[in-house]
Amino acid sequence: MLQAIKRICGDPLGLVGLFLVALMVLSAVLASVIAPYDPIALNIIDRLQGPSFKHLLGTDQLGRDLFSRVLFGGQVALKIALISISIALCIGVVLGMIAGFGPRWLDNIIMLLFDTIRSFPTVMFALATVALVGPSLSTVVVIIVITSIPTYGRVVRTQTLSIKSNEYIQAELAMGASTFRILSMHLLPNVVGPLFILASMDIPTVIALEAGLSFLGMGVKPPTPSWGSILNDGYNLIRNTPWPIIAGSIPLVLVTLGFTFLGESLRDLIDPKLRKSL
Amino acid sequence: MLIYCIKRIGLGILIVMLAVTLLFFMIHLVPGDPARILLGPRATPELIASMSQQLGLDKPLPIQILMFFANLFRGDMGMDVITNRPVADIVFGQLPYTLSLILTAIIGAALIGIPLGCYSAINRNSLADRVTGILSVACITAPAFVVALYSLLIFAVYLKWFPAVGAGEKGDFGDQVAHLVLPAFAIGLSWVGYLSRLVRASMLEVMGENHIRTARAYGLPERLVVFRYALKLAVLPTVTVIGVGMGFLLSAAVFTEIVFARPGLGKLIFDSISTRNYPVVMGSVLVSTILFVISTTISDLINAWLDPRIRASL
Repeated sequence: MLQAIKRICGDPLGLVGLFLVALMVLSAVLASVIAPYDPIALNIIDRLQGPSFKHLLGTDQLGRDLFSRVLFGGQVALKIALISISIALCIGVVLGMIAGFGPRWLDNIIMLLFDTIRSFPTVMFALATVALVGPSLSTVVVIIVITSIPTYGRVVRTQTLSIKSNEYIQAELAMGASTFRILSMHLLPNVVGPLFILASMDIPTVIALEAGLSFLGMGVKPPTPSWGSILNDGYNLIRNTPWPIIAGSIPLVLVTLGFTFLGESLRDLIDPKLRKSL
Repeated sequence: MLIYCIKRIGLGILIVMLAVTLLFFMIHLVPGDPARILLGPRATPELIASMSQQLGLDKPLPIQILMFFANLFRGDMGMDVITNRPVADIVFGQLPYTLSLILTAIIGAALIGIPLGCYSAINRNSLADRVTGILSVACITAPAFVVALYSLLIFAVYLKWFPAVGAGEKGDFGDQVAHLVLPAFAIGLSWVGYLSRLVRASMLEVMGENHIRTARAYGLPERLVVFRYALKLAVLPTVTVIGVGMGFLLSAAVFTEIVFARPGLGKLIFDSISTRNYPVVMGSVLVSTILFVISTTISDLINAWLDPRIRASL
């Protein structure tokens, strides 16, 4: 672990990624300590102000401090990303291992199910779901979980298929080892590494999807701060002030860049051949 | 190849049928009566009963599914409950706007991204290559709706170079093109980065192959080697990637159409959600899903035609 961090620090882009991710996590965790104002407290007198020492990123149409809203918005983004990716990972691992290790017919059914879910353009599927069940934080999580499971499931299935034909697995089977033992003791440790890298590279996609849905008013409900809802306010006020758009987009772009750089650096650590080819 | 084609197209049809079934169940398994949800809380029981009959909701579920498929097979996606027009007419009326937006974005991205990737590969590890690499990643990671907001803010609101909203006057080609520039830029920017990275990686691989070494050994000019022999092969993966990327393009189009108040499938879905017009929402999602499945199927077929190993995998 220490060696991995050392190697990431040796790669300039990896270091930038690590710094941005650490900054995001710290600012989200310590939001209640760092934020100078209550993110939902109204202050109409100070509405639509530009950046100043009093309000670092300015204020919105209701006089709410944008810097404080950005910090608390980070909490929401991180919470949704971590919860939804963790659930999708768990279900994806189980389904992927069943598909890879189970009988052929079960594999075919699971793969068909994955292909069907992947056949929906994500945002279209999200809009259809929100239209039917209504916008909420849990709806966003469910949408992300459903659309992410096939990605993880497919990776685990491929790994399982390649590992299960190895001689040591065949030997275990011949000695009467249970399927559960083989899956948990031999397959799981082999698939966890690549899966975590994939998950770290998925975090920006998930954060952007959450922000996108909140931007459309179909994600997090107001007045809960979210980067997407800040951007939505900015869109409605685009002819009056640019600051809400700038305030909402900067953390979104930086976090996306950070996780992408870090993910690529981690991937290079696992497979240095990719670094040479790209 | 023929067997693979039949299998792959069959799989595509099966996926579309499953997607349709899933959409059907999504509508019918939602808590509450769909007719009541559709008409809102003030609807009278008589009105709800009439709507249920109109939508066929009073029939048993298996019959409803069969009717749903039978109607769909005839191109009937139901009626818009607000304007009482066929959903298919509404959806296919908006489809050309979304397709023209996606095509413009992808063609623009290819025209910039492919030469950029080629230049990076030729000047590998140079400062320009590194800068291009970082910029490409920045382009890939910028969400489409953020790019759309910034382009609207800078080029439409402040500089007033391009119109801010709509799709332009019908019959005025110049106006329509002017209205297409910013939305296409918003969708295409991430693809510029993606294609440039892909072409660079692909070019580096091709440049190391024997036929390129042979061409160089024959003393052919470097320009000829790069453009006639290497780039031709290096561009092939992008064709297949664009097919698979149709889903991302459709998703990005949703945001862009809303930001620029431009007609299209995304704007249609968004507007239909606010009026609880579920038949139109489902019709639009269905058409975009079919479009996505068709593009991935075509992309897989091209892939299999190029690489015989893929044919054995299905």
